[in-house]
Amino acid sequence: MSAERLAALIADRAPVSGHRPWPRYEIDHDTWIAIGQALGEGGGDLLGLWGEKDNVHLALRVAGEAVPCVVTVRVRIADFPSIGRFHAPAIRLERAVRDLYGFAPIGMLDRRPWLDHGAWSMRAPLGSRPPAARRDPGTYDFLPVKGEGLHQIPVGPVHAGIIEPGHFRFTANGEIVARLEQRLGYVHKGIDGLLTDTDLERAGRIMARVSGDSTVAYSFAFSLAVEQALELEAPPRAQVLRGIMAELERTANHLGDFGAICNDASFSLIHAHCGIFRERVLAASERAFGHRLMMDRIVPGGCEDASPGAPRAIQTMLEEIEQPFAEIVRLYEDTPSLQDRTCHTGFVSPDLAAQWAAGGHVGRASGRDFDTRRDFPYPPYDNASFEVPLFSAGDVDARIWVRIREIEQSMAMIKTWIADLPAGPSRAELPPLAGVREGIAMTEAFRGDIMAWVRIVDGRIARAHARDASWFQWPLLEAAIESNIVADFPLCNKSFNCSYSGHDL
Amino acid sequence: MAIAFDLAAQTVQMFLVLAVAPFLLGVTRMVKARLLRRIGPPPWQPYLDLWKLMHKEAVLAHNASWLYRTAPYVIFAATWVAAALVPTFATGLMFSWAADLIALVALLATARFALALAGMDVGTAFGGIGSSREMMIGSLAEPAMLLVVFSVALIAGTTQLSAIASHFIDAHVGLRVSLGLALIAFVFVAVAENARIPIDNPATHLELTMVHEAMVLEYSGRHLAMIEAAAAVKLVLYFSLLSCLFFPFGMATADQSLGPLTVGIVSYLGKLLVLAILLPIGETAVAKMRVFRYPIFLGGAFAAGALAVFLLFVSRSF
Repeated sequence: MSAERLAALIADRAPVSGHRPWPRYEIDHDTWIAIGQALGEGGGDLLGLWGEKDNVHLALRVAGEAVPCVVTVRVRIADFPSIGRFHAPAIRLERAVRDLYGFAPIGMLDRRPWLDHGAWSMRAPLGSRPPAARRDPGTYDFLPVKGEGLHQIPVGPVHAGIIEPGHFRFTANGEIVARLEQRLGYVHKGIDGLLTDTDLERAGRIMARVSGDSTVAYSFAFSLAVEQALELEAPPRAQVLRGIMAELERTANHLGDFGAICNDASFSLIHAHCGIFRERVLAASERAFGHRLMMDRIVPGGCEDASPGAPRAIQTMLEEIEQPFAEIVRLYEDTPSLQDRTCHTGFVSPDLAAQWAAGGHVGRASGRDFDTRRDFPYPPYDNASFEVPLFSAGDVDARIWVRIREIEQSMAMIKTWIADLPAGPSRAELPPLAGVREGIAMTEAFRGDIMAWVRIVDGRIARAHARDASWFQWPLLEAAIESNIVADFPLCNKSFNCSYSGHDL
Repeated sequence: MAIAFDLAAQTVQMFLVLAVAPFLLGVTRMVKARLLRRIGPPPWQPYLDLWKLMHKEAVLAHNASWLYRTAPYVIFAATWVAAALVPTFATGLMFSWAADLIALVALLATARFALALAGMDVGTAFGGIGSSREMMIGSLAEPAMLLVVFSVALIAGTTQLSAIASHFIDAHVGLRVSLGLALIAFVFVAVAENARIPIDNPATHLELTMVHEAMVLEYSGRHLAMIEAAAAVKLVLYFSLLSCLFFPFGMATADQSLGPLTVGIVSYLGKLLVLAILLPIGETAVAKMRVFRYPIFLGGAFAAGALAVFLLFVSRSF
């Protein structure tokens, strides 16, 4: 019903020319509001919401449709109608747009800043830049929680371990968590500003550094977006090499996560072994592609070619870890004290996962059957055969199993690809560039879907935007920990493993 | 002469415990590292750590009271005195007549009380969490520990440790069901009291899961050194108590000449080493349990202790 209404709202419109591959429509405020209402009623998935000078864009997929679209609303003086008041997943995105551009979302109840902690000496650094007095970054109005016997536990932004900064405000009743509220934005780097009016090469390097653990996925998404804008296709060899790199990155990160989750239940044996596996993957990546994390290997038009010994290095590594990994998985299954910690902990309901369009292991552990590689296929996945693991338990255990199954799928895919690596060049020349061109692409990082959008004007990036999977996963962590015990938070948090850097931009 | 000898034996025992404590901690850490396929620091690393902490500046919170500053010394003193009450390589301790097993439990409870107060003193959330969890563990572990004491005392007819050890060595107590149950209860209690996996993880960096570490999170410098030393001494205390109550062989009893004393020291150190190797092996095999499972774990210890006492009431030969 609401899906049909949403489809009707954007049907029969003329898309903006030069935006590929998804259509982009310029709409008025009333249609924008209607789209927000339809999204709120479950008519589709919100895929991203970002600003630029004078415009606010929203990427969405109508439920059941194969191709998503982008809708754009012009900012009226300095405000635009809020989507967040109808569709909660947009709230943090709108707060970020307001902090960066100064556009006020009309009707939004939450007027607190999100990325702006008051240390910038100006407001809206990408907008009108009015000077502002510095505020104490410590002051922030956390949502009030009332009840008998409740007490607050502030955690972070500086933690006892060496991890990224984020503040977590727990309201607990003894050991039971009544509410968790996150405050993020501590690693804001001004990515959106850096991606405004810059050349392609520099933009690619910045994109690769949005979230270091997903550097391949970000470069991949950015390159696809640029190639779409320029109507270019990477040569076959580059496509397969990109796939290998993306799956190597996924395998390495999932292995690291699997160990780290078990370590947070103080079961360090699996952590130790997974550390060794991950190291083997990274070492093989170094031998094959010359960089452990494969940073800056994927570029618009193709990718850096692999070393001549790459297939052998990767093949040997896969053979070395396959058997011991299966044993470690058995150890995980056969340790009741560990299962006791992971099963039924940190439950995310399928409804919430669907509403937030949570990607990656968070969504797939809660029954949201979505994988960018399969549902918005891009080369080389359009010709690859793989399964998307799906679990419905929604707990820490399910999120571990999604990772385990994905590691197995990734290793199988890498094997197929390296056995039959196409010959030929790995880079294509970028065509001569003129005029205004826009491109958008989504790739599946190990955390879930990430989106990259670019506008190229005469060969320069006029504006680009990256949206991490974590935007739609962090809020679910708040829900997952509710009525769990305080001491289980690290376990839940690690099973999500959301990005701070990718989210704070 | 006899008094001088007793005094010397007592002094040696006191300082022996203090001297080997960091080493044993180092051994457990090294074994754990090896089990996880790491090399790990050498077993004497805790001595260097303590030395380093002693020479570092102690940073205090603005609102720290005298309690916060004195607690580390109280904790260390109480723990050390408690450790001095446990016969290690020879029975016939001087202090043994001044205090018994129940006093030992009370001394450890005093240290716990001081630590919990210090944890809450500066008013950080983690100190409060740690103190609250520590008191929960204490309230469950202490009754279980007392039942272990009672079951042993019912067999030996006394609560004085030296006398119990002598009785077990000389009177050929043999294998008993009640002692087996008491041993199980004691191991559970020891794991909980020493903040080891599955109750607490001494190596964790996750502030929300900590118990002991949460209470001492704000400590630094010499204060932290005292607390770390006290934790190491406490571990040795429980190891000594375990070997004294359940494996007292090799201990010098009536004949306290050089020969039996040497045998006593060597066998004592051997027992400590075996326990220091067994502990990390056990720790590697299980995950940490949920906070709300502590009562079940320590309730098991209590049940085993209670069963041991009941069996002894039914018949002294169990």
